[in-house]
Amino acid sequence: MKTFRYIENVSTLVLHSEKCIGCGLCTHVCPQNVMEMQDRKAVIVDFDGCMECGACVNNCPTGALEVNPGVG
Amino acid sequence: MESIPRDHARPGGSAADPMTTYEKPGYQLMHYVEGFINTDGGPVPALKTTLDKKDNIANILVRCGINRYNYRIVPGLYAVGSPGVDSEVLATANFKLTVDQLRTAISGIDAWILVLDTKGINVWCAAGKGTFSTAALVRQIHDAQLERIVNHKRIIVPQLGATGVSATAVKKQSGFKVVYGPVRAKDIPAFFKNGFVADENMRMVTFTMYERLVLSPIELQTAFKPAVISALIIFILSGIGPGVFSIANAWTRGFIAVFALAAGIFSGAVITPALLPYIPVREFALKGLISGLGTALLFILVLDAEIVSYKAAIALLLFTATISSVMAMNYTGTTPFTSPSGVEKEMKRYIPIQLISIVLSTGIWIYSAY
Repeated sequence: MKTFRYIENVSTLVLHSEKCIGCGLCTHVCPQNVMEMQDRKAVIVDFDGCMECGACVNNCPTGALEVNPGVG
Repeated sequence: MESIPRDHARPGGSAADPMTTYEKPGYQLMHYVEGFINTDGGPVPALKTTLDKKDNIANILVRCGINRYNYRIVPGLYAVGSPGVDSEVLATANFKLTVDQLRTAISGIDAWILVLDTKGINVWCAAGKGTFSTAALVRQIHDAQLERIVNHKRIIVPQLGATGVSATAVKKQSGFKVVYGPVRAKDIPAFFKNGFVADENMRMVTFTMYERLVLSPIELQTAFKPAVISALIIFILSGIGPGVFSIANAWTRGFIAVFALAAGIFSGAVITPALLPYIPVREFALKGLISGLGTALLFILVLDAEIVSYKAAIALLLFTATISSVMAMNYTGTTPFTSPSGVEKEMKRYIPIQLISIVLSTGIWIYSAY
């Protein structure tokens, strides 16, 4: 979130760019605007904004996104 | 749609109940239902789009933790307004507070509402825990015979439901195309006007002062039981002194220490959330520690200097700040921006510090009695 920042460099979010087909669904479901579409590919623009909710992973049709938090 | 009888309001008449039309042996009509709509899939209950006194009181109580885990409506298909075969279908959770927000937000819109069985939990939390899921959505689409109710294959799912739902899998398993709606129900009318597109503001979660503080009563309520047990221990420890044990001391010193405990809880559950964006550190444990120190200083300043010695003041300061830190760390679980990995990291770092600090403050507190 823009106004609220949490601990940095801890998110387990990984984007495999080569698998991205540019559908843009991840940018629609992310509640923190972590991804952005650039040249028809998703790009992580706010890595530390990621709260590991898994919405993008669940909806990516090609499995280009990964997030694996521990028990929390 | 069947017309809702409105002309039964006879003064003092025993048959004044406008809903007698829907009486059925062994069943009770819910107060938030205004009538039924006949469809090819059977009668569908229509929800009122305004909250009555009963809704409002129950909503306040649930915010305070009363009936919190049993505040649910029966899953299934409902209607708002007079929807038909072309109307949109909105999926939601069966937490009554969630349904109340949805039905009031779309007042004036004709739509179907598909309520999933999330065991009375809100959409986002249920999505995270797996009850608001692809499987639950597909099952409810099937059970409600949605393909007989509407002549399109579109279902609007709240954006935060995406944590548990895969649009591709829903399409494959049910034939229905998931359209992700806005985060907040109140943006649904604007979402419709915007051609089914949630703009950036509709897609971002917020955490306003109201949104932060509305969660405080639950924090206080969950702290209550451990606080009572802690208070008993505090009274006993406060009696230890030069005369081995003094009941008078247990009472007077105990009261001061219990007050410090209450100040710590209040600081962690109310003051820290209120000041959340203004305390310039990231870790919640540290945020709570800082606001706890501030609260403790105020608290000690108002205490009579004769009652609290210099040593006792240090013990109380440490104690209040640590309790505040623990409560604030617990608050990470209710915020919409903390990552599990971040919470794990700060717990590993701060739980040992909090434990040492509690032991230390207890030691100083007992020592200060001599």
